[in-house]
Amino acid sequence: MKATFFSKFSKIVVAVAAAGLLGGCATSGNPKDPIEGFNRAMFGFNEGLDKVIIKPVATGYEAVLPSPIQTGVANFFSNIADLMVGVNNLLQGKPVQAASDAGRVLVNTTVGFLGLIDVASSMGMEKHVEDIGQTFGRWGMTDGAYVVLPFFGPRTARDTLGLAFDVYTDPVTHVDHIPTRNVLLATRLVSDRAELLKADKIIEEAALDKYSYVRDAYLQRRRSLIYDGNPPREQDSAAELESDKKMAEAGESAQPTQTAMRQ
Amino acid sequence: MKLFALLLAGAGLLLPLGTWAQETAPDVLVKNVTTEVLDIIRTDKDIKAGNTQRVIALIEKKVLPHFNFQRMTALAVGKDWRQASPAQQKALTDEFRDLLVRTYSNALTAYKNETVDFRPFKMRAGETDVTVRTQIHQPGARQPITLDYSLEKNGNGWKVYDVVVAGVSLVTNYRSSFATEIRSNGIDGLIKTLKAKNSSLEASTKK
Repeated sequence: MKATFFSKFSKIVVAVAAAGLLGGCATSGNPKDPIEGFNRAMFGFNEGLDKVIIKPVATGYEAVLPSPIQTGVANFFSNIADLMVGVNNLLQGKPVQAASDAGRVLVNTTVGFLGLIDVASSMGMEKHVEDIGQTFGRWGMTDGAYVVLPFFGPRTARDTLGLAFDVYTDPVTHVDHIPTRNVLLATRLVSDRAELLKADKIIEEAALDKYSYVRDAYLQRRRSLIYDGNPPREQDSAAELESDKKMAEAGESAQPTQTAMRQ
Repeated sequence: MKLFALLLAGAGLLLPLGTWAQETAPDVLVKNVTTEVLDIIRTDKDIKAGNTQRVIALIEKKVLPHFNFQRMTALAVGKDWRQASPAQQKALTDEFRDLLVRTYSNALTAYKNETVDFRPFKMRAGETDVTVRTQIHQPGARQPITLDYSLEKNGNGWKVYDVVVAGVSLVTNYRSSFATEIRSNGIDGLIKTLKAKNSSLEASTKK
């Protein structure tokens, strides 16, 4: 199990690296996205897969199942995930959050009927979002290059490494009865996708170029998650902010500025 | 006593409105506008029936006066902003404003059964740049979505210049696609692209 997973994984990494070399010329020069050519191709592949299989199934799932059942399914998987969320909080030196996560699992698994009902949230124990990629980030590992993985979607190099650990430590992948495991994995995928259906239309409408919109949103989101919602302002963008601000202010009395700039 | 009340009311009318706007604290402003708009969205029959034009009209009237779109556009365009002529800056601002309003309106109609939680807000005296944090709770969802507003104080009171959803700035998220567009087709190219995007969105809402 372990060996096959890692060998499959290393094949993907090699493929990514190779395609990255080939796609090297097809970049638009974004320093965070050195293998843009490959990434765009992978993005297209994932979009196609989503359009043909995953999204229609998720749409059907959402249309057919009553929403309390959908919530129950999502809660069930969220409860399983909370276990590793707690471990990650501990690894990030946040024992209070980790204790709360352990408390969530305890309460939801018992009082919440194996996690189907999120009793802990109504008791004020907040759900956290943590994974090993975030833990690495917290430890000081930088993003590395942006990569669009087949099936898994957007990651950074650091989060790709994190993903390998996440998959390996995911309790669902360790269910011994293979058909049960596969049903669980598929249900979780569909449930996760169904929750994102509303956001689809918004992204389609907002984005000029969906690929770069999704990429930049992913990078911003990860940065925010690593800092638990309070990321410091990026140094260069803070400087830019200042000059933008001055420009915006100058814009109101634009004529003199324009003349000044030409001089 | 009655006369005194009348005098007070009279004095109130004479006060310039700008002073009142300036006096509203940024967190109170966000709270008032959010509550008012959500109340209308929840009760208005046309909006509930999916009338996007009506939501846009509501946002134009209630929300937009509190936004500084020129600042937002300058932020999204980044360093190329200074290369743009005043006319180009205005065209960019108008088109970007349309795009944001349309997207935002549709997001509001998609999420209408949500409740908003206003996070504790602290501000040091004399601060002119603050973030007001809110959380959107969806029925049935385990995790609230964070929605933060960055506001800046200028002559006309507090104005929003950035909206950050779940850690993603709706403004700076455009920066790299704007920069790419400007690099290949210039500022006029970006204006054209934004125009085309807006008219295609308009066509799809009219259907």
